[in-house]
Amino acid sequence: MNFKHKYFFLFPGLFVLIGILIFPIIFVVRLSLSGWNSYNPGLDYIGLENYIRLFTDDPRFWESFFRLSFLSVTTVILQYVIGFALAHMVWKDIKFKRFFRVLFLVPMMTTPVIMTVIWRTFFHESLGPVNDLLSVFGVAPKWLTDPVIAKFTVIIVEVWQWTPFMFLLLLAGLLSLPKEPFLAAAIDGASPVRKFIYVTFPLMAPISIGAIIIRLIEASKIMDTVYVLTSGGPGTSTETSSFYIFIKGLREFQMGYAASMSFTYLIIMIISLTIIAKVLTKVLLKE
Amino acid sequence: MKIMKTCLTAIISSLMIFSPMAYADKWSDQFPHIKATGDIPGDCSYEKMSKKNYKGKTLKINTHAIPVMGEPTALHAEQFEKLTGAKVEVTHTPAGDLYSKAMVPFQAGQAPYDVVFGFSNFINDWKRYLAPVPKKYMNSPEMKDVTKSHMGVSSWDGTMYQYPVDGDRHYLKYRKDVIDNPEMQKKYKADTGNELRVPRTWKEYAQMAKYFNDWDWDGDGEKEYGSAEVMKKDDLMFAAFFSRSVAYAKNPRTPGGFFFDLETMKPNINNPGFVEALTDWVEATKYVPPGGTNFGLGDEIGSFGGGQTLFSFSWDDAFIAAMQDDSPIKNKVGAAPLPGADRVWNRVSNSWENQYNQAPYIVWGWAVGVAKKSKVKDMAFDYLCFFSNGANHQADLAIGRFGVNPFKNSDFDPNIYINSMGWDPEIANSYTQTLLDMEKSNNRVFPLRVPGVFEFTSAVATGTSKALAGQLSPQEALDEVAKEWEAIVSRVGKKAVQDAYAVGVKMEDNKL
Repeated sequence: MNFKHKYFFLFPGLFVLIGILIFPIIFVVRLSLSGWNSYNPGLDYIGLENYIRLFTDDPRFWESFFRLSFLSVTTVILQYVIGFALAHMVWKDIKFKRFFRVLFLVPMMTTPVIMTVIWRTFFHESLGPVNDLLSVFGVAPKWLTDPVIAKFTVIIVEVWQWTPFMFLLLLAGLLSLPKEPFLAAAIDGASPVRKFIYVTFPLMAPISIGAIIIRLIEASKIMDTVYVLTSGGPGTSTETSSFYIFIKGLREFQMGYAASMSFTYLIIMIISLTIIAKVLTKVLLKE
Repeated sequence: MKIMKTCLTAIISSLMIFSPMAYADKWSDQFPHIKATGDIPGDCSYEKMSKKNYKGKTLKINTHAIPVMGEPTALHAEQFEKLTGAKVEVTHTPAGDLYSKAMVPFQAGQAPYDVVFGFSNFINDWKRYLAPVPKKYMNSPEMKDVTKSHMGVSSWDGTMYQYPVDGDRHYLKYRKDVIDNPEMQKKYKADTGNELRVPRTWKEYAQMAKYFNDWDWDGDGEKEYGSAEVMKKDDLMFAAFFSRSVAYAKNPRTPGGFFFDLETMKPNINNPGFVEALTDWVEATKYVPPGGTNFGLGDEIGSFGGGQTLFSFSWDDAFIAAMQDDSPIKNKVGAAPLPGADRVWNRVSNSWENQYNQAPYIVWGWAVGVAKKSKVKDMAFDYLCFFSNGANHQADLAIGRFGVNPFKNSDFDPNIYINSMGWDPEIANSYTQTLLDMEKSNNRVFPLRVPGVFEFTSAVATGTSKALAGQLSPQEALDEVAKEWEAIVSRVGKKAVQDAYAVGVKMEDNKL
């Protein structure tokens, strides 16, 4: 039998891979070397001009990148802590366990854009119910119009929306843990806290790393929440990389430049997420 | 003979008077939208359209989301289908995506939509992909009724690419029941030493807005505020900034460019006139409702239209919303020109001129064109002509959420608003007079319509929002905008921007 035939069966998958993954990336790279915009449509060749502009004359991109780093790291840490706590809670034998498991997943099942519109209404400073309630205590935070508070408003909405995802992964992890280490800890008389620190948490480390990395990848694309909630404002205080690329690409129609930003962003994300994964593995798995 | 003449005159007069009524009976039964007027004779009336046969043909339209412009598009599409037998497919798109939704296929050489809605300042980027409006429509009586300003806004150097369906300008809206109230006038005078009147300048506007901020001045048990303005970044805020700038920076004695110096293409955006306007605007953050610095156009309409503020300025929508039957402040609002300034910047002598200046801003508004590559251009233009026929237009004007505003000379007849919309005659008169005066002014500012216009306006939105958020001072913010504008001009090509800008300057300098 000619073993070369086996490659024939790889072709369909390979074609799909090329079509949906390789081709778009190659096209973005080619687009980034062009000056395609609203008044100059087409794939002309301008060399590295867009990249030079990005690295030498666009502090706004880098500001938005550091803002994104802050937002994504903060939201993912909060999602991990809250998600772990909730998963741990319903992992135990508590009343209405099934009800809570479903309830905690509800935010993730809702449409992000619609929920953000609802959150925007909640946080509306003159018409929203949040400040109405808080006025009883004489406070009225500027949820969407203060440059610092607006960042935390974005974080609140993101945490609410995506903690269930973390909860789901961590609960699945908890349910798959072997029982023996816990029995051994119980025989040794370990307190619940020690059991968590020395048994549960280390056993959950591999799945925690996976969950954190998946959420970091997702959180680094944060766009719809910012778009609906603040449009990147006040000023540029909640503008993230993806929102800035959206403005340059689809609002201002600087397709070539937006492509160069997208590609640069992709490279940075690949490098930084690889480093984060390595560090997490080293710290949590003590490799 | 004399009796015969009298009889003949009576018969002809009756026919002239009652013929539209006869149409009204026939068509308004079938189409209740036009019940106030019935069909109005014209080239694209219901009667005329009913004689067209587009059975088996499909018209594809991309328009804005419902309600603003999206609702009338869908409504007239449905009517058009019933009258002509055509199939009309309407796609609704958010405002921010209208440009790219048409531009991407345009640039790829495709025409997924026959009719594309957008804003009139898209014209420079879109015109090469749009079919010019055919002569047949250009010569129609309806088109002859379109104001000179809006013919200019829809055209590029004499060729019309966008079919006029809407007319936009920014003007001042105020609470008439407060400003004209003798008790309030007395109280204001006693407390501030100033007259309470329709503000003539932005400084007066600010004084009054501050005074009427954060207390219940209409006795409804809720606090009211000074002003509702579009301040949300990227939500048309740049247009609000230009409205505040025209008084300080559009000097009728220095023709040759409001946004740029046409000769050198050096941006004027950071000159002291614009800086003064931005300084006022930063101050305005103190007299808007809570959350007002995140108000988009919808919030502004809801805020002023709902009776929350003393003033507002921008498109017609807030005023029309306030004057609708279900509004708590119907017949309690007034319209006036945008406030002016007691001094205006002279960019030639580089100095302030201490004299009163006011300039209307004929802002961009809804516009619609037919794709050059459309295979049903005739039907597309017929649809647009039908959209804006006399009966539809008058009915659309009365519904605030439709976003259809006056753009025909006949729209300035106050009786339309008094008889069919129940407006107070004094308000109807002030409204139509305000719009009419803007048309007549020789110091108008038209929207920027140069290649890559979004890059320019986006830079303004970013810069001004940084100033409003306190990230930069007004001067620093506008210096940043000017730097960005210079970079854009250099990227696009000075000549290309200059040539396009010259067309707008001709309009502003009353040479077109």
